[in-house]
Amino acid sequence: MNNVLAISGIVIKELYRRKDFYVLFVLTALITLVLGSVSFFNDAKIVRYLKEICLLLIWVASLVIAISTAARQIPVERENRTIFPLLAKPVTRGQFILGKFLGCWLACGVALVVFYLFFGVVSESRGRSDPAATGLTSSAAPAGPAASAKADDHEGAAGGSEHHDDHAGTEPFSVLLNYVQALALHWLMLGVVTAIVLLGSVVFSAPSSNVTISFIGILGILLLGEHLNKVALRQQQPAQAILYTTYFLLPHLEWFDIRDRVIYDQPPIAFVDCSLAALYAIAYTGLLLFLTWFVFRRKTLTL
Amino acid sequence: MSVILKTEKLRVEYASRELRSGIKVALNGLDLEVRAGEVFGFLGPNGAGKTTTMNVLLGFVNPTGGEARLFGVDVREPIARQRIGYLPELTYYYKFLTAEELLRFYARIFGIPRGEADRRIDALLKLVELEHARTRSIKTYSKGMQQRVGLAQALINNPDLLILDEPTSGLDPLGRMKVREIIQRLKSEGKTVFFSSHELGEAETICDRVAIICRGELKAEGKVSDLVTQHQCDLEKLFLKLIGYQPQEAI
Repeated sequence: MNNVLAISGIVIKELYRRKDFYVLFVLTALITLVLGSVSFFNDAKIVRYLKEICLLLIWVASLVIAISTAARQIPVERENRTIFPLLAKPVTRGQFILGKFLGCWLACGVALVVFYLFFGVVSESRGRSDPAATGLTSSAAPAGPAASAKADDHEGAAGGSEHHDDHAGTEPFSVLLNYVQALALHWLMLGVVTAIVLLGSVVFSAPSSNVTISFIGILGILLLGEHLNKVALRQQQPAQAILYTTYFLLPHLEWFDIRDRVIYDQPPIAFVDCSLAALYAIAYTGLLLFLTWFVFRRKTLTL
Repeated sequence: MSVILKTEKLRVEYASRELRSGIKVALNGLDLEVRAGEVFGFLGPNGAGKTTTMNVLLGFVNPTGGEARLFGVDVREPIARQRIGYLPELTYYYKFLTAEELLRFYARIFGIPRGEADRRIDALLKLVELEHARTRSIKTYSKGMQQRVGLAQALINNPDLLILDEPTSGLDPLGRMKVREIIQRLKSEGKTVFFSSHELGEAETICDRVAIICRGELKAEGKVSDLVTQHQCDLEKLFLKLIGYQPQEAI
């Protein structure tokens, strides 16, 4: 564990000494600030719209940080040959991969905390939206441990105005818990993303090709993953079987997206749902890291 | 003296990237023995298999056949690398770190307690004369300074065996002399040094024993004085003879 922590420390140190990390943060902060300062007739829907854009920006920025950081770790170590003095020490390849993963994931976590703190300050300073006015017009609820709780709320909200009276979402504690849950689930999702990209980095030798393929793949999962089963229903065999297999094999990253809860001030997700989502993320991350180690363990490294 | 580095019938094959050229043999039944406390020179022309041998010893490449052991442990076991220090030919270090941070990182990898690590870092930076630049990032160092920080990282765990890959290549005469002095000093402290080199004069000066390899095969091994007496020529002529060099007639 000591070696894993030491390697992860180097990853984090490298990240905060590189300029692109700050550029991305400043860019997101600037856009968030500009959007946060806009006011159109004090319309609550406009505020929600701005919050939605800000959260989308945070998601995009976090994905850029996670993918670009993880994609370069192993290829750049090999390209700069820093891997040789390191693996000439009593460090196993498994520890090397775990250290790289942990470093990237922790760095993403720090970035997320900063982003969410910033978002929290901006959105609270602009005032929270009124849940009754929302009409809960968010996109169709995806299936999944965390997101299914969202679906339940959508149905409940459609029931009528008395739902609003019982709504715990406007309590400050509830809002805070929503932020914490959104952050935690987002971070768990980034763990899976980091593991996918690390696996890609031992398969594709060039970081640029890995970044491109990972971006396309992860965006594909986020945007289309939840619809694959519906598409499969309309297909003939064997396309149906292939699509169903893909649907069940792919990590459903969209399940960790609870932005709507934050935007519409809905009540927090049940602890059980959150725990199931965490288990799901841990299982996928573990599997992907195992595959990365399996590919990398016998790889010939030549000076 | 106990044998601390041993290879037996070591064979490494690569699948050639060239079409129809099949398999390339990088090492062919290499037998080596390095004993505790000696400075062992590993000599050979370019492409002879020196770096491949080092790659096997450090666990970067898995041998196709035979075996390699460090301190009696198979080189594929990470624990075999607990008591060695390795200096690569070129400087392959995290350039965004300072010398002090780099040494602290490697000290942590070896599980050296913080207080002890501080003491060793101070001593090593003094040894390689980098005290004045300890808080500067490595990317601002000259090549000689980077080579010296490399030597310091190789010594952070107070190793019993040092594996040096052409430690003086690319250094100016002063830098070479300093590296040689450090090797001599390590020898006097009872450390074992295994180093590859093209510099025959250097090998003649500081090595107790040398091995000459060519095309992956061991051509000669022994004390420099014994080899020179046996073949009745100097080390350079012997080296050229063993690698099969034929002088071309003047046109």
